[in-house]
Amino acid sequence: MFELLGIAPQALFGQLLLGLINGSFYAMLSLGLAVIFGLLNIINFTHGAQYMMGAFVAWMLLTYFGLSYWWALVLVPVIVGASGIVIERLMISRLYHLDHLYGLLLTFGLALIIQGLFRNQYGVSGMPYSIPPELQGGTNLGFMFLPNYRAWVVVASVVVCFGTWFLIEKTRLGAYLRAATENPTMVGAFGINVPRLITLTYGFGVGLAALAGVLAAPIYSVNPNMGADLIIIVFAVVVIGGMGSIMGAILTGFGLGLVEGLARVFYPEGSAVVIFVIMAIVLLIKPAGLFGRTA
Amino acid sequence: MAEAAPKLDTAPLLAVRDLEGWYGESHVLHGINLDVAQGEVVTLLGRNGAGKTTTLKAIMGILAKRKGSVTLNGRELIGLPSRDIARAGIALCPEERAIFSSLSVEENLMLPPRVKPGGLSVEQIFEMFPNLKERLSSQGTKLSGGEQQMLAIGRILRTGANLLLLDEPTEGLAPVIVQQIGATIAMLKQQGFTIVLVEQNFHFAASVADRHYVIELGKVIDTIPNAELEENIEKLHAYLGV
Repeated sequence: MFELLGIAPQALFGQLLLGLINGSFYAMLSLGLAVIFGLLNIINFTHGAQYMMGAFVAWMLLTYFGLSYWWALVLVPVIVGASGIVIERLMISRLYHLDHLYGLLLTFGLALIIQGLFRNQYGVSGMPYSIPPELQGGTNLGFMFLPNYRAWVVVASVVVCFGTWFLIEKTRLGAYLRAATENPTMVGAFGINVPRLITLTYGFGVGLAALAGVLAAPIYSVNPNMGADLIIIVFAVVVIGGMGSIMGAILTGFGLGLVEGLARVFYPEGSAVVIFVIMAIVLLIKPAGLFGRTA
Repeated sequence: MAEAAPKLDTAPLLAVRDLEGWYGESHVLHGINLDVAQGEVVTLLGRNGAGKTTTLKAIMGILAKRKGSVTLNGRELIGLPSRDIARAGIALCPEERAIFSSLSVEENLMLPPRVKPGGLSVEQIFEMFPNLKERLSSQGTKLSGGEQQMLAIGRILRTGANLLLLDEPTEGLAPVIVQQIGATIAMLKQQGFTIVLVEQNFHFAASVADRHYVIELGKVIDTIPNAELEENIEKLHAYLGV
């Protein structure tokens, strides 16, 4: 079959794996965006910068404090998430009574400032971050060679995505969050502290972006522009999946990563634009997105 | 008729004084005064747009701009956010019912946190509204209008709130469901709940309430004990324009 298509199985599976890796990051980032948009009604343009901060803070923990990758996985989402909470309390929370556009402008401006600060301090060449020793090497699957770290990224991201889905769709806290997304006034009138829920949700979404940044650090070089490059694609993913749908964000993220991988095999010239072409088609046919609910 | 007079013998559970309220720039409440005793069922009657729903929203703290005084057991609530008013023991069942479509019936029912001891158990709520038990895993908004109303009432009975604000619970419902809701209110009164009810259905109001406040243009213009309803029926019809 592979010979028929004139494609070497090594190349096909290699690209599919790469697609799955990219898809893992699309899924984790668009999930955070969807959670934040659902409750805060702002499009968090700082998301890419917060993903970059995740990678940088992991690098700093290792370089300045000698804390390993595994420590970073735990500490970085907390540290960067806390920075998100500060931003929400000091700035974003002042904009809730205004049009969405102001939140978008604020977070876009913040992204530029954060990226600028890191560029100023660390330059654009990128910092190396090595794969933790436990995950170096790879496994020969017969039809392809699977680097252990990449397998780990896919597994970790699937676990994180479905953990988040479970938290939101199946727990009491998630029910508060879904209810507050629909009708915050009524949820407040039941005695639930909605402003605190909003703050924690933003911190959680930012923490997810930072976690993705830690996972990305050993794959991509740690540099101030890593988020800006990725976030445009992630916004396309969110538009295709439908704003505010949790499962939609996850499935679309992984699916589009794979589609991109396939495009790289069968029509490499189109691989950079395939996601945007799909976005345009989806917007024409189903403006609310594949999994979006029309209001 | 001491117990039916507007001035109560005992200190009221809920006392509203000179309550004013606004929707944006428009001034809707112009000094509402109400007293509700522990265990009483009172209705707010009046024409559309008189300010009945707004009064409930102002008491609950979900009207952004309000002033005056609302006390529960003597504790001033007017400056508090609605979550603290809920925690003080007041619960609202809003006119639009506010059933959450992204939550199952069970999640809707369990959503409001307990604010005080003494709420009904889930079993007691199912006894009142057996329909809910059979549809626990359905999407909240897939229920019929009557079932949604039962869910909207049921979920605030769990919380331990003892002052219930019910906004037109019978609106748009079939007579048999209206009867069921009437029986529920009677049972709640028996159990010691205090209820402020906004009603357009005058006959329904007369069947469940101890007293009626008549509201017009954002003010209370009259108070009629249910026992004296017969004598005042002409006057009331004039107020309500029926």
